[in-house]
Amino acid sequence: MSKFKSASLILENGKVFKGFAFGDERSTSGEVVFSTPMTGYTEMLTDPAYQGQILVMTYPLVGNYGVSNCECVDSVIKSFESDKIHVRGLIVTDCSFNYSHWNAAKSFRDWLIENHIPAIFGVDTREITKEIRENGVMLGKIVVEGCDECAEFYDPNKENLVSEVSLKEITKYGSGDCKVVLVDCGSKEYIVNSLLKRGAEVVRVPWDYDFSTMEYDGVLLSTGPGNPEMCGVTIENIRKAMQTEKPILGIGLGHQLLALAAGAKIQKLKCGHRGCNQPVVIEGTDRAVITSQNHGFAVDATTLPKGWEIRFTNLNDATNSGIGHINKPFASVQFHPESSRGPEDTSFIFDNFIEQIRRCKK
Amino acid sequence: MQEIKKINKVLLLGSGALKIGEAGEFDYSGSQALKAFKEEGIYTVLINPNIATIQTSENIADRVYLLPVTPEFVEQVIERERPDGILLAFGGQTALNCGVALFRTGVLEKYNIQVLGTPVQSIIDTEDRDLFVKKLDEIGVKTIKSHAVTNVEDAKSVAHELGYPVIIRPAFTLGGLGSGFCDNDEEMDQLAKKAFSYSPQILVEKSLKGWKEIEYEVVRDRYNNCITVCNMENFDPLGIHTGESIVVAPTQTLTSSEVSKLREIAIRIVRHVGIVGECNVQFALDTDSEDYRVIEVNARLSRSSALASKATGYPLAFVAAKLGLGYGLPQLKNSVTRSTTACFEPTLDYVVCKLPRWDLGKFKSVSRELGSSMKSVGEVMAIGRTFEEIIQKGLRMIGQGMHGFVANKAFAVEDIDRELSVATDKRIFVIAHALKNGYTVERINELTKIDKWFLDKLKNIINIESELSNYNQISEVPDALMLEAKQKGFSDFQIARTVTKCSSDVIEEKILEVRAWRKSRGIVPVVKQIDTLAGEFPAQTNYLYLTYNGTSHDIDFARDGKSVVVLGSGAYRIGSSVEFDWCSVNAINTIRQNGYSSIMINYNPETVSTDYDMCDRLYFDELTLERVLDVTDLEAPKGVIVSVGGQIPNNLAMRLDQENVPILGTSAADIDRAEDRHKFSAMLDDAGIDQPRWREMTSLEDIYDFVDQVGFPVLVRPSYVLSGAAMNVVSNREELEHFLTLATNVSKKYPVVVSEFVQNAKEVEFDAVAKDGEIIVYAISEHVEFAGVHSGDATMVFPAQKLYVETMRRIKKITRQIAKGLRISGPFNIQFLAKDNDIKVIECNLRASRSFPFVSKVLKVNFIDIATRVMLGLPVEVPHKSFFELDYVGIKASQFSFSRLQKADPVLGVEMASTGEVGCIGEDFYEAILKSMLSVGYKIPEKNVLLSTGDSRSKIEMVAPAKALQEKGYNIFATKGTAKYLEEHGVKATVLYWPDQDATPNTLDYIKEKKIDLVVNIPKNLSKDELNNDYTIRRSAIDFNIPLITNARLAAAFIMAFCKLSKEDIKIKSWNEY
Repeated sequence: MSKFKSASLILENGKVFKGFAFGDERSTSGEVVFSTPMTGYTEMLTDPAYQGQILVMTYPLVGNYGVSNCECVDSVIKSFESDKIHVRGLIVTDCSFNYSHWNAAKSFRDWLIENHIPAIFGVDTREITKEIRENGVMLGKIVVEGCDECAEFYDPNKENLVSEVSLKEITKYGSGDCKVVLVDCGSKEYIVNSLLKRGAEVVRVPWDYDFSTMEYDGVLLSTGPGNPEMCGVTIENIRKAMQTEKPILGIGLGHQLLALAAGAKIQKLKCGHRGCNQPVVIEGTDRAVITSQNHGFAVDATTLPKGWEIRFTNLNDATNSGIGHINKPFASVQFHPESSRGPEDTSFIFDNFIEQIRRCKK
Repeated sequence: MQEIKKINKVLLLGSGALKIGEAGEFDYSGSQALKAFKEEGIYTVLINPNIATIQTSENIADRVYLLPVTPEFVEQVIERERPDGILLAFGGQTALNCGVALFRTGVLEKYNIQVLGTPVQSIIDTEDRDLFVKKLDEIGVKTIKSHAVTNVEDAKSVAHELGYPVIIRPAFTLGGLGSGFCDNDEEMDQLAKKAFSYSPQILVEKSLKGWKEIEYEVVRDRYNNCITVCNMENFDPLGIHTGESIVVAPTQTLTSSEVSKLREIAIRIVRHVGIVGECNVQFALDTDSEDYRVIEVNARLSRSSALASKATGYPLAFVAAKLGLGYGLPQLKNSVTRSTTACFEPTLDYVVCKLPRWDLGKFKSVSRELGSSMKSVGEVMAIGRTFEEIIQKGLRMIGQGMHGFVANKAFAVEDIDRELSVATDKRIFVIAHALKNGYTVERINELTKIDKWFLDKLKNIINIESELSNYNQISEVPDALMLEAKQKGFSDFQIARTVTKCSSDVIEEKILEVRAWRKSRGIVPVVKQIDTLAGEFPAQTNYLYLTYNGTSHDIDFARDGKSVVVLGSGAYRIGSSVEFDWCSVNAINTIRQNGYSSIMINYNPETVSTDYDMCDRLYFDELTLERVLDVTDLEAPKGVIVSVGGQIPNNLAMRLDQENVPILGTSAADIDRAEDRHKFSAMLDDAGIDQPRWREMTSLEDIYDFVDQVGFPVLVRPSYVLSGAAMNVVSNREELEHFLTLATNVSKKYPVVVSEFVQNAKEVEFDAVAKDGEIIVYAISEHVEFAGVHSGDATMVFPAQKLYVETMRRIKKITRQIAKGLRISGPFNIQFLAKDNDIKVIECNLRASRSFPFVSKVLKVNFIDIATRVMLGLPVEVPHKSFFELDYVGIKASQFSFSRLQKADPVLGVEMASTGEVGCIGEDFYEAILKSMLSVGYKIPEKNVLLSTGDSRSKIEMVAPAKALQEKGYNIFATKGTAKYLEEHGVKATVLYWPDQDATPNTLDYIKEKKIDLVVNIPKNLSKDELNNDYTIRRSAIDFNIPLITNARLAAAFIMAFCKLSKEDIKIKSWNEY
């Protein structure tokens, strides 16, 4: 172990977990959250929804299949969720420094170092998970031996994270018979892919862009990090868009934004849902689907205004997982139907959305 | 959607005796299903002749039929019981095949029985390869290009079209029986011919050797909700049967894109095929792209699903049973968290690996190479938080004298390259050897096709070993290295041996020194829970494992002296299997019923004792001194029970006692007095109890002198074996010399024990429970075979039918003396030889024996319950029931798996060879033996019987049965000598020439052409070394799937039974009704 510097994760409540540094050897701070998928570390780390967070992996073995090159086809990224790592730090139990996969280009560790991401291995991630489960998400610091500790705990909830991760300029992708505005609050690349795959033309706009002046057939409100209440401008834009009665689909953060625009309220969950095994029941049926989720806030379904209904509910803790308007083409889901690292059981959400757009056009 | 009518009574088909390819996993699945139905208030009827299982115990099913799981018997039970529903998915391939047959013959329709769960048509669609490929083509899923053929010539032309190498497999068989790889026409000729003897249809496929093998366990309900509970990756690449492979869960070397892709395909298949319940999908995945093939789909609970259940904590069989009743997944609760839903996909925060246990050393001439057909007899599962930790734990659990990946006894490898490229049961240790000899991970990957990720992890272990070896004293090892070694799965033994380099006579001391040292440095393991949700939600689970990759315990420890630890039996292997699981589970039940908290330690994923709702706490972990002490240090229990899990826990008694762990029941010192050959023998001598003469000797001269005194034959037990079996019976000086010089080493260091071998003696078993040296309950059984056949292979009759009253009286008296002398408190078993009322003691075990479930169920007195009460110090009522009053007979018969052990000589001897057993009850001896022989796969012959009856004694024995056969109108065929002898005694037999004679009619042709319905071949001498004509007859009978009996007494009993009784005379009566 002598080849690794010792490092610790210090939680806001004073708990310290000691391990070894294997990423960039510097200290950092952020909100500590845990995530439960057993594969998909590259996708997770590049998901903008993790902006500002220190990620704890519950699955103990990370780095097994290395990291592939960030493949880009027609300016759409294929293998990652975005072009960079968004977490501020990473905590794992065991890292594979050697990797094995035909598609890998480098080791997980080299990738972290290249991207200047501090990381710790050799800690009891289950213990940290239980700490967060019992006490709720909290702030934390990674401190590496011989490096100065960050003086303050960094609190991403006080920042407008969406503005940090949203793209800055309008970008167009593909061509097709329907034009979808993708409001980028920190969108995962796979959303773009999912729309293109269904023959849509995608216009990706910054989170605060007033797209009401544009010509389009439908709006997709993307996933993204942090507290939706920070996106007042986006909510205003959505309200404008609702007046045109063109189809709107919200995903993840986009789901919360649509709910806020409709007049519902948002609550912060104790420790959030970050995993790919979240069962969600389709309201009023015997059907349940396995979904991938990544969120710390949730829509308070009891505050839904008239005209709106619950469409999906989390089977484990009964939190809201999807809403829709009774007679207008507005719907949103908390889970990720576009998931590239989890089940694809809900890709019908995209099918329905595109179909609806085509119907409305006629 | 088909409506599900209200079910009031359901029939569950079990899997029968344990055999290679179908083992304890089906006791576990069946028991869970029965539990699920009981909860619904449904009346359950079970057919399973395996008397040693939990599922055939009281209070599990409402009715138990100890009868063969064959269409004709099942139909008769249906006729009698009139169930509304039937379950086919819980008894392995045996139950599935039987169910399909009942469906095809219209029996299910006739009695208006609904198949619960996956419809039969879906089962047929997955079992018939042609239909299967077609079905998957419909949804664009790739299968292995496979061609069904019905003759060898077609097989060859398909192979030419595909290009060799190809794999061939018979349709409709268990665990890859009769399948294999062919590289050319010649190999195809041989293998195809054999495969056709198992099935009229065989499949020829392009071989995908070297691809990854991946499995998914999928659950679907009738509302089309679908989840994948677990995925698994084989450590060994495609080409080695998954039952022969080390398997890791979850997958390790797959990207999320590959995982989602295969998951999506698995779900697509399961929906399209229309599974309701549980299903296993096996994939081959290319190592250089995302290309894949579906290998097969098992529309039933399987070994893999049992493993997946234990690996994740998700009760697959229980859920599958409920789905069969029409429930939807979202309606069911996750039984681990008890708050969240069963409609979810478990996520693990640990890693699991399964390792197979082989017993190939028990068989003469058997091929050790692993391939597409299964040979392993059991398995273990290791849980931890690094791969290094689980693989080392697992290699210890296998229980074949290995201490992990490294620090094992020296191991000779002649040709590393060859032994890496040809997989055998020892390959993992060849990898260790290769790594130490400078082989790179890349080179080993080229030779083995094992993924480099796994090999890299193995190399980490070698690296730590080499770091440790730089130190010479335990106290010199830095804490960080000591901790790292523990985190990478090193046991105290491995550390002691690597650091101190001490010899084996002081190793025990050094191990304890390591333990004391690391405890003083705070290096101790932590207890973690398996909760199905990676800690995301709180769970009240008692499913636990220990790891060094953690800093805090998930649970608290009462330490109030009110808990009792039961040590389980470990991996199933020849000589120890489901019967000890029955004992363990029954001990736990009694402990719980009496207000104590029960703690189970065991690591066998195919058991009921490792079902976490059986006990208060389940430690799914090693049964080593080190690990048991870890648990007792934490739990501070009232005591430990070592006498219900077979030999593994029994062997720990002394050392646990030395570490001041309270042993419940008979004291460790007394256990040692029975286990130590010298002490036990001295005790018998003092008491004037006879035993076969024996001596432990260190030179050839002494051995020859001793043999001169006692005469041949003798039983030779070397303490060091170069090759082959550890025990042997030799009949003359030549054989003795041959064995001693070629197969063993005789020296001061390696003494040899030679015992007098008494011929033509009856063997009697005494199973009992004593308290403070007084016998409380007992059972006396006799073997059908004469002594010399291992008691685990012998056919056992209880109550004994043919013993003199005098013999019984003497046996009882001797047993009382021994029980008193050893101050027995708990279960025990003594084996006797009886010849003309002369009684000799052969063996005494102060623990439950293999026959405890059998005698308990036949007598209907639970010996383990009584034994456990004794060990807990509770008052015991002496049962008034005596076996003298039983008006029925129980017979326990053995199941052999020779057909899977290519080239092995299928004879019985002093080494045990059977893999399982059944126990059946009849009105008399003949009915019981008929039921039990039919239950282990024998068939009443149609018309032709081949007799080849060995030595003169056996020839005499076979005269009466031959006459009976003749009277019944059977055609008797015989080899020359036998025919002549029979002729002299008035039995006409057609002579068939020996296999090596170039003359017809020839035995071999008759066997190959299946003109014979039963082969009786009695070996001529006692040694197993007979690679001659007799061997050829026996082996071909097995290879061509013709019932074979190799013991004259058993053959006589079976023949007399089917000549006296016809199938119609067999009573269909449940166990409850006797």
